[in-house]
Amino acid sequence: MTPFLSNKHDQTSWADYMASCAQVARNPGLQRFYAAGVPDPQTPIGEVPLVALDLETTGLDAVRHGIVSVGALPFTLERIPLAQSQYWVVQPRQPLSEESITFHHITHSEIEIAPDLGDILAELLEVLAGSLVVVHYRNIERPFLNRATRTRMGENLLFPMIDTMQLEARVHRKRRWAWLKRLSGRPSASLRLAESRERYHLPFYTGHHALLDALATAELFQAQIARHYSPQTPISDLWC
Amino acid sequence: MNTELLEIRDHLGRFAPFDRLSDELLDAVAGEVQVSYYRADTEILARDQETHELCYIRSGAVEMYRRSGSLYNRLSEGEIFGYSDLLRRRGVQFPVRAIEDTLIYFIPEAVFERLCEENDDFADFVEEGGSALKTTVEQQRHNSDMMTSRVRKLIRRYPTMVEPSATLQETAIRMRDESSTSVLVLSFPDEDQSQQFTLADGQSWKLAGILTDRDFCTRVLAAGVTPESPVTEVMSKDPITVQSEESLYEAMLCMLRNNVHHLPVLHRRRPIGILHLSDIVRYETHSSLYLVSNIFSQSNVEGLRRLSVEVHSAFVQLVSEGADSQMIGRALSSIGRSFTRRLIELAQEEIGPAPIPFCFMALGSMARDEQAIVTDQDNALVLSDDFVAADHDDYFLKLATFVSDGLAACGYSYCKGDIMATNSRWRQPLSVWKTYFSTWIDEPNPERLLDSSIFFDLDGVYGEEVFVEQLQDLVASKASQSPLFLAAMARNACNRTPPLGFFRTFVMEKDGKHNNSINLKRRGTAPFVDLVRVHALACGSNAQNTFNRLEAINKARILPEGGSARLGHALEFISMVRLRHQVMDIEAGQQPDNNIEPESISSRDRHYLKAAFETLSHAQKFIKFRYPIPTKGRRTET
Repeated sequence: MTPFLSNKHDQTSWADYMASCAQVARNPGLQRFYAAGVPDPQTPIGEVPLVALDLETTGLDAVRHGIVSVGALPFTLERIPLAQSQYWVVQPRQPLSEESITFHHITHSEIEIAPDLGDILAELLEVLAGSLVVVHYRNIERPFLNRATRTRMGENLLFPMIDTMQLEARVHRKRRWAWLKRLSGRPSASLRLAESRERYHLPFYTGHHALLDALATAELFQAQIARHYSPQTPISDLWC
Repeated sequence: MNTELLEIRDHLGRFAPFDRLSDELLDAVAGEVQVSYYRADTEILARDQETHELCYIRSGAVEMYRRSGSLYNRLSEGEIFGYSDLLRRRGVQFPVRAIEDTLIYFIPEAVFERLCEENDDFADFVEEGGSALKTTVEQQRHNSDMMTSRVRKLIRRYPTMVEPSATLQETAIRMRDESSTSVLVLSFPDEDQSQQFTLADGQSWKLAGILTDRDFCTRVLAAGVTPESPVTEVMSKDPITVQSEESLYEAMLCMLRNNVHHLPVLHRRRPIGILHLSDIVRYETHSSLYLVSNIFSQSNVEGLRRLSVEVHSAFVQLVSEGADSQMIGRALSSIGRSFTRRLIELAQEEIGPAPIPFCFMALGSMARDEQAIVTDQDNALVLSDDFVAADHDDYFLKLATFVSDGLAACGYSYCKGDIMATNSRWRQPLSVWKTYFSTWIDEPNPERLLDSSIFFDLDGVYGEEVFVEQLQDLVASKASQSPLFLAAMARNACNRTPPLGFFRTFVMEKDGKHNNSINLKRRGTAPFVDLVRVHALACGSNAQNTFNRLEAINKARILPEGGSARLGHALEFISMVRLRHQVMDIEAGQQPDNNIEPESISSRDRHYLKAAFETLSHAQKFIKFRYPIPTKGRRTET
């Protein structure tokens, strides 16, 4: 069963999937995470605890590249409390290229003293457990996290996510004449984090820091709900 | 918190009052921030809602409303709200709505309280209205050494003093032996004990005069007075003195105003030294002092005109040395008076002495000792009641024309309303002036009220100052007894209103409309002056300076407790912003004016200006109730 590969998955399957994982998981951290489960799909988004998550990686390919930092920020539709933010620099098992150093502003020396992702995983899972994770572009966070646990513990780490990029794509695909614009070769709206935020008049942040991007994602999600949805929207309309 | 969230910290650190927090406090704030997004047109705080957070606008804009639904404030990036409710531990007083998509940083009450406790500047900033302005105004003052240094600091030696029986030669010998450049002449005390003091030997004395080494040249040798003559014959009688605990600025202004270079310094009544112009100049260079003494050494209008360009640099120096608005107003008025006096002297050299006594009278800002760098001339002539138009008017018209043209040449432009002694209406004997003033007070109409607001700030500049004093007394005693006049003046004082505040690069009016710039005189200082004049007239004060009037008002207890101090602080703040912007204009090589563009006002100044405008607005509302229109006199209103 691979619900994460399908966009039109059965709405009850996430809860079932998490429950079954909880039964077979060997790693205690993973076991606790799965056991915390997910909220009922009909729960209004306004009532669900959320966590914005962002990974900075050495590249885009989960097989060849590794994670260098993790930012996590628990929040709700009403408030994003910075005091609860979490940030880790971790040592990727893949070599760090020069480009990615300038990109993430994380240096070799920082990396050298950083722990392995495996050492902070339990902490991270504790932050995520029981909350709905919000990311911008799930095709980084989801495969990289899964790959990292598979290589370290031989187990999967898969869970439902809200992807603000996908929510943004929905808005722009829905637009009338969007197909015509595409045909006429006009550039379609960029779905990148900074450009998406701009459409909601959110301030510009210097990007590519895991915690700041997590905050940027949380703010974007609040804005998307305020403009296109409502706190009553069931989470099943939003997650994937 | 994670120090990685520098974006938040740095943004806060750019705006008042966070800009003056220590790094440690700023980290503490940033770490506790809670973020929330509001779409345009949604409510952020509802009326009476319980609140436990300070709100900071990270991006976007909000509006606050009064209970009546009218606009209270419009705020944008970097501004805060919600603090007054937190301070007073009450529900939300002014509901807040986002008028654009807005990102708010909420700062928890505990952090807010810590900031108020640990940072005075922060505490002052969030304290509403009066007290915050007070601290800010006082802080500006404390930055100036000249304002805080006392006269006694410059007193190095005991003064040379001689008894009334001393001859000029004996006096000169004492001066030589003690190498002093001036000497104080004492006399035996008379019935008036107010000026008496006792020296170490137990003998009682009174200060009778002063004689300087310059006087030995001009009054003794040049005049052929013999060395055996008594010193009392040539001394300057009843010298102007200064108290030892006065500030150096006070001493400087005293020299400016009276054009004297030696000031006996008294501790209580006893002379403890003599302050010389050079002592102050050595302490700090003072172009205004040089300027005034130079004015009196000019022998023609062209010389005065050349000198007048230095008024700007004297002004810039005063402001940069941290003088307050009252000091600057007095210094500039002294300079203006000196030009006027010198012009009258020059005129008389040309047209001869006056056929009858007269007083040249200053009106408006010069009379109030509140002259600004941008000013026009308002003056008039009060003539002796011996005035016969056919015989005398020609002379006084010539005098008035000479002075008025001279002032215009020196940068004091002609009065647009023709309030100048060149206008025959304003060149009249004392009795006519008394009739004018009585009629204006008894039967006010719009024109007379306008005249009153100019002429009831009046002061003598040259000649028989007692004429003007009589007029001041008449106004003071008569106006206070005329409820109708006061009511009409009170309404007039509300004609020019302050704006609500600032929003981004605009001036925001009470109806929410925007303007590109604000005239800080028309919308700020002038309405204050008008308002204070009414109260001062009501309490029968003949003070002319607005701050002196506020003191009189305070003593008369016309305003609620602390009211006159609040007005003073608000006026001082607006005045200083105006003066600092004029300095900026001058330094940028532009003509200084009273118009200020909001983009050149710092976030801190905006915050305090808003509070000062609010103080003015409240005072304008109050004054209408304080001086109601008497029912009988209703017909003459409007």
